[in-house]
Amino acid sequence: MAGRDTAAADPMTPDVPRRAGSRYWLAGLNPAAKLLAALVLALGLVPAVDAVTGGTVLVGVLLLLPFSGIDRRTLLVLGGPFLLMGLSSGLVNHLYGEHGLEGAVGVAVRLLAIALPGAVAAVSSDPTETADGLVQRLKVPERPAMGVLAALRLVPMLADQWRTVTLARRARGLEAGRHPLRAVSLFFSRLFALLVRAVRTGTLMATAMDARGFGTGPRTHARHSRWRAADTLLVVGAVLLLAAAYTLSARLGTLVLLFG
Amino acid sequence: MADHDRPGARIELSGWGWRHAGRESPALRGVDLVVEPGERVLLLGPSGAGKSTLLHALAGLTGEEGALTGDEEGVLLVDGRPPRRGRGTAGLVGQDPEAQLVMARAGDDVAFGPENLGVDPAQIWPRVTEALADVGFPYGLRHPTAALSGGEKQRLAIAGVLAMRPRLLLLDEPTANLDPAGAALVREVLARLPARTGATMVLVEHRVADVVDLVDRVVVLEPGGGVVADGDPRTVFADHGRALAEQGVWVPGHDPAPRPDPAPGGEVLLEASGVALRTPRGAGTRAAPPRTVLEGVDAGVRAGTATALTGPNGAGKSTLLTALAGLSRPYRGAVLPAGPLARADRRPLARWPARRLVRHVGTVFQHAEDQFVTGTVRDELRFAPRRAGAGETETEARVDELLERLGLTRLADVHPYTLSGGEKRRLSVATALSSGPSHAPDVLVLDEPTFGQDTRTWTELVELLGALRSQGCAIVLATHDDLLLRHLADDRVHVAGGRALVESPALVRGGFRGRP
Amino acid sequence: MGTDKTDRAQPRGGPFRQRRGWRTVDIVVAAVIGVAVGVVFWIWGVVWEATAPLFIAFPPAQAVLYGIWLLPGVLGGLVIRRPGAAVLTSIAASSVSALLGSQWGITVVLDGFFQGLLPELVFLAFLYRRWGVVVSVLAAAAAGLFPAVRDNIVHYAAWPLHFQVVYGVIVVASAAGIAGVGARLLTTALARAGALAPFPSARG
Repeated sequence: MAGRDTAAADPMTPDVPRRAGSRYWLAGLNPAAKLLAALVLALGLVPAVDAVTGGTVLVGVLLLLPFSGIDRRTLLVLGGPFLLMGLSSGLVNHLYGEHGLEGAVGVAVRLLAIALPGAVAAVSSDPTETADGLVQRLKVPERPAMGVLAALRLVPMLADQWRTVTLARRARGLEAGRHPLRAVSLFFSRLFALLVRAVRTGTLMATAMDARGFGTGPRTHARHSRWRAADTLLVVGAVLLLAAAYTLSARLGTLVLLFG
Repeated sequence: MADHDRPGARIELSGWGWRHAGRESPALRGVDLVVEPGERVLLLGPSGAGKSTLLHALAGLTGEEGALTGDEEGVLLVDGRPPRRGRGTAGLVGQDPEAQLVMARAGDDVAFGPENLGVDPAQIWPRVTEALADVGFPYGLRHPTAALSGGEKQRLAIAGVLAMRPRLLLLDEPTANLDPAGAALVREVLARLPARTGATMVLVEHRVADVVDLVDRVVVLEPGGGVVADGDPRTVFADHGRALAEQGVWVPGHDPAPRPDPAPGGEVLLEASGVALRTPRGAGTRAAPPRTVLEGVDAGVRAGTATALTGPNGAGKSTLLTALAGLSRPYRGAVLPAGPLARADRRPLARWPARRLVRHVGTVFQHAEDQFVTGTVRDELRFAPRRAGAGETETEARVDELLERLGLTRLADVHPYTLSGGEKRRLSVATALSSGPSHAPDVLVLDEPTFGQDTRTWTELVELLGALRSQGCAIVLATHDDLLLRHLADDRVHVAGGRALVESPALVRGGFRGRP
Repeated sequence: MGTDKTDRAQPRGGPFRQRRGWRTVDIVVAAVIGVAVGVVFWIWGVVWEATAPLFIAFPPAQAVLYGIWLLPGVLGGLVIRRPGAAVLTSIAASSVSALLGSQWGITVVLDGFFQGLLPELVFLAFLYRRWGVVVSVLAAAAAGLFPAVRDNIVHYAAWPLHFQVVYGVIVVASAAGIAGVGARLLTTALARAGALAPFPSARG
């Protein structure tokens, strides 16, 4: 690190994009920009329930996938439930809906188009950088944001704990078997045990954060969350994609509005 | 910087006391103590003596803004001023490595403190690299904190405090939750700190022998009182060693000497054959896929015998333990009942219904709280007999007997979670005992049962396990505790490098092979 | 212990005087409670998806179990008892899904925000003074309004109105029953277990 000037001395800014080129283009953008773009698309699609509007956005976002740096395993793990969600939504809307197959396909495609941008944004963003972007760029209140970030670090520990609590119920002779009511009461009993542990750990963690001077005054930021032209481009692109989708389906005469 | 001119802080307490919110009697009272800059002090005293509270007060963490609330009296000064957090004067490291770290990457975590103090960003990263070098952190700035061992986490936590350049370093049992290897890592850091920083150091630690070489002064506190002994380690231990040991403190040269009943030995009750175990699937799409930790495990557990699983952390001891207890299904192979136990059910243990399992195999988890399922100590003990269909009078008689035997009678109506560490451990053993037909299951499985116990509760536990063993109960325990191994273990299974090696001649003769 | 069954935070005396800002422990414990519930949800989400085919006969019936998803906001409010705690806990719970991987990705955080904001408004309506079972049930029912509307718009846009209404009513009722009563019982249990010592909810 020696030899670099102070502005570049932050060793934690993502170093993926420079090395790996366009494949990681999306991963190198500011997570705050990705979040904004995803929200624009998700909210913007709510009024239109036809397949063309949703489909255009879906295709637009799918074209971005090769530049998101998402590896094949993640794609498979997330893709399965994603397609299943689309299928089950289409089926349920077809079976009980009033708008026939076309209406059902429209709802399903729209559902996927609403979900996909958020999923891509989440998978291509690092939680720490997301928090940095939210705090430094979108002016989200810093202390709660840091609190959530710190708590997210406990996810693996809490998942282990959930498993242990489940084993411990079996060790006490408790098992749901096939009784749904017993299953619900067992669920709350396990949740209780998990929460006790969570609250205790949270209290200790708060003390550790206090001991390191958290919340005593204005903080400085060791990592600088950069907002580049590409970030603006992404948000503008999302707006343009949405506009294009509406224009296209309106021109084709396929546009169906939610309460239309 | 000014810090470098005057590296150590001076502590002054006079008539200081603390009473926790909602408690009748004070944790500490009338403490008079002066610590000169650069001194390294070990605080000692039985559990409940308020040592940890004193450290938190020195760090400025008590009072309305903190999580620790209560009433304070007397004077407590650091460098002539009441301590206030956020000045960067004092740095505190706690005992639970899980709760000490804040960020997902090592570098970010060390930078967290300087950020909070408002240090100029250009100066933060040099401070971070320096602090990491000071604790000998072997990985890079981007290393995920989740991938660290307990000892490495504590090292990183110390680095996080050092990066704040404190003049007072407060360590609250930094090795209490670590295995021996992790504790050694932390001790090594503590040993090199004085040369690196001139900070005053106040340390609380239960296992005194491990840290006595790192300090130049020992201060003994009394619960509800003040300082009862103060001086260089040798003098204090010569004068007060025995008294401290009797109060439960682990003092060098005063190890407890339990006399467990001898092991009668007996038939094989459990047989692991060709067992392979995997780590559980991690949460999330980014989690690593399950990996096989142990393969080809063939081992037996005998009645009237204590079988100890030893080996480094992460080698699969706990996973093997839950498989032996019939709680989880091995990835390959099976844990089968043998001898008298096979009469209850011939199927692999993992397939037994929970109700049957609990009558024959009792399990005690490392965190006793995980297995409590009711709101009072008495209900906790009633739980199993009631479910087994025992009558009211029979249940009550059994519960009373267990309460008496484990010294829990006066706590019968207390909530299990509010017990002390030693009491929780006794209760979790008692619940396992309450479910067996003759007041004890055939097999009792325990994960690190002596973890965090003081010498008194340690001794009680060893003698209790000895008594159960002499009644023919098979004891299986995973442990790092050498003293426990010396006093109790009959058969040993060493778990390391993907294999479980049976180290007991008796077992090999009995037909069980350990695979080298 | 607590024979006094009042569910009001006592504003006078003791360490629980009405304080100004959030302490670190308030923020972190709210976040950790959210994350803990979020982890359980994520594990459960798999079950939820898997049971969907079972309810194909009458999909609104799956809404019976829906209430469980609305637990975090209500629980966070009841435990921390500060303005904003419900929102923070709910956001933390939903962030877990975004982190661990969900088909909804980062937009679940927006769901979390609304599912925390609605109970927050109920707590506000009672001026952050009442924390009993009635308030808890009302807060949970309010939280249930969001998915009741959202799902009909996003998932079931092609359904006939009466299906949508039935679905919405079941979701709100389930929220009131499972999340409202559940959160209240969990808070009492946590207080009795001595886990809530730093909070005004320690009194039950």
